[in-house]
Amino acid sequence: MAYVIPKENYNGQVLSLDFGKESGAVSIGGENTLPFLSFEGEVPNRPVIAYEIQDTQPDDWPETVSNVFKDVSNDPVTWAQHCQNELKADSIALRLVSTHPDRGDRSPEDAAKTVKQVLDAINIPLIILGSSHIEKDASVLVAAAEAASGSNCIIGKAQEGNYKTIVAAALAHNHKLIAMSELDINLAKQLNILITQMGFDKSRLLTDPMCSALGYGLEYTYSVMERIRLAGLLQNDATMQPPIVADVGINAWKTKEVSAPESDNPEWGSLEERGIAWETITATSMLMAGTNLLIIRHPKSVDTLTKLIDELS
Amino acid sequence: MALSGIQIFKLLPKTNCKKCGFPTCLAFAMKLAQGGVELSACPDVSDEAKNTLGEASAPPIKTFNLGTGEEAIKIGGETVLFRHDKKFFNPCILAVNVKDSLSDKELTDTALETVNSEIDRVGQKLSVEAISVECASGDSSKYEAAVKLIAEKAPGKVIILNCNDAAIIEPAVKSIADRKPLIYCANDDNAEAMAAIAKTHSVPLTVRAEGPEALSVLTEKVKGMGVEELVLDSGAKNAREILENNTQIRRSALKKGFKPLGYPVINFVLRDDPYLETNVASIAISKYASIVVLSSIERWKNLALFTLRQNIYTDPQVPMQVDQKVYKIGEATADSPLMLTTNFSLTYFIVSGEIENSKVPSWLAVMDCEGLSVLTAWAAGKFIASKIVTFIKESGVEDQVSSKELIIPGQVAILSGALEDKLEGWKITVGPREANSIPTFLKKRVG
Repeated sequence: MAYVIPKENYNGQVLSLDFGKESGAVSIGGENTLPFLSFEGEVPNRPVIAYEIQDTQPDDWPETVSNVFKDVSNDPVTWAQHCQNELKADSIALRLVSTHPDRGDRSPEDAAKTVKQVLDAINIPLIILGSSHIEKDASVLVAAAEAASGSNCIIGKAQEGNYKTIVAAALAHNHKLIAMSELDINLAKQLNILITQMGFDKSRLLTDPMCSALGYGLEYTYSVMERIRLAGLLQNDATMQPPIVADVGINAWKTKEVSAPESDNPEWGSLEERGIAWETITATSMLMAGTNLLIIRHPKSVDTLTKLIDELS
Repeated sequence: MALSGIQIFKLLPKTNCKKCGFPTCLAFAMKLAQGGVELSACPDVSDEAKNTLGEASAPPIKTFNLGTGEEAIKIGGETVLFRHDKKFFNPCILAVNVKDSLSDKELTDTALETVNSEIDRVGQKLSVEAISVECASGDSSKYEAAVKLIAEKAPGKVIILNCNDAAIIEPAVKSIADRKPLIYCANDDNAEAMAAIAKTHSVPLTVRAEGPEALSVLTEKVKGMGVEELVLDSGAKNAREILENNTQIRRSALKKGFKPLGYPVINFVLRDDPYLETNVASIAISKYASIVVLSSIERWKNLALFTLRQNIYTDPQVPMQVDQKVYKIGEATADSPLMLTTNFSLTYFIVSGEIENSKVPSWLAVMDCEGLSVLTAWAAGKFIASKIVTFIKESGVEDQVSSKELIIPGQVAILSGALEDKLEGWKITVGPREANSIPTFLKKRVG
């Protein structure tokens, strides 16, 4: 019985998109096989890692990761430049946390100003994230999209409860858009359909099926992502072919395992290493399930994931 | 090639004796057809049935034990490529590699580190199950002494004998054969000698070759020499080769019924960079390894890899549940707030995590709703006023808190009236609809 390489016949392909200005733009997606399986298909683009920064000094990041940025995190422009110039970031994800009604309630105009300042200070591609407050994001992301007009950013996240204004703004100002739904392949599909029905081209969309951290529902995200990929590739379901984004840092760095001191749980070992392991394993699992764009906080995590992607490519 | 459940049933004794663990011969036959059990589980099966069923009934990936007795660990036996298609059955073994050239003290330390690696997570006891003893000395007596020392100091652990010199490995195999160690490995140069040792001492054997094709040729050869319990090493060096080779091996076995690769897989992921090693190991865990060998087992690394293994091997069709009880979060006292939710593990994790984030010590009453989330449980009639009242009364929480105020999830605000009627003397407060609003909600209460 002779060995034959068991190649899968895929009918579909992950859509590819670029973001960022002209020569600084990066591309993601475009593969016509499951993640990194180059023996049976084309994998034209590596996954991209974006550093997460915030528009206000983080007060809910564990010290392991907040200390790394303590000299730059009081100003988003300084922070963004630090990521670009010192950490050699490929991309930055700016989270407009302080627009949340409970976190400062800053106005859409304030947010737009921050976006402009950050964009002026960097030449790498920018992802603009709201505070995930459904009503507030509907106005904040519209103002942010306008402020970033012409910079070919990714903006998000559009959810079922607020997608209409955000989609319209992304359309008007030529941005890419993250559509987020909560851990359900059917909801992800439905939202993509609703958004494309507004005239938004599917080749400009990214899907966020909601990232979960290691130990906190990771397996749900993992399987939803795998199913989305298989639907796009095997069944050629066009609504399931946008690249996938995983918002890893925010989820990994709020677990008990990354903040409980070693003295509380001696059997858990060193706190710093535990934090990096938590963020990177969450990210690596997302890569295995089909993620094209990772949002990460810790420089050691980015460094580790870069080496891992080198090994996988 | 594959027989249906009915075809298999016709060949069974039809006594419904239940010795196989199934209620009827038909149920056993159905399971056999799916590859979820082995024919040998039937003690009364006729030779004729054995011959007929033989290969046809064998699961696509062979299942066998490493180690012996209560500590024995089953590997192999997987039936799907994606966990959402059914589930992954036998969680992969984590192992640490140790060189025989180390001092007795260093060897003992590693053995004890492995023995003491156990961590309890959501009710499961997780640990590093195996030690790979590598022959770096090139000295047969030194190797045997190191193996014996490790075996003695780590009594419950699976031993992997990592040495490809047949002359050196044989005394070590002989000395701990009763522990059913795994030999690593037979390759193109030593296959005959290694297979003979494995056969003589009835221990499983790893077969190593460069890539799945060469590997399939070698496993056939070794099997032809009478060794049935094999583990595969495709020689994968980097993460891409681990992913691609493991994928090809599992696909060949499951989708093509290709027997020469129908065995569990071992991956060595040793790296100088501990974070990189941990992440390469995580790829092996998600993508089809049955044994993952590490260079070191720091506690942080163990916790992260145990947790991933637990996540990936969870049954997707059975909601993960936590125990029904009133959980204390932070240094809660009689004056701390009391919140209510259901026992779906994800719900519990998210709600308890947000309460911790708030830094407001609290009580969280978790009610058994068969692992359903709040809205689903409400819709299914499991999270309704009368049942909540019974749970609160029987939980004894009335004696734990002084204020008699119960905070219910915002999504079931509709229950507040009925609860106030039925829970005499209690105040019902409607909490946030979404867990991420809990910190703000709790902080506002304490001012």
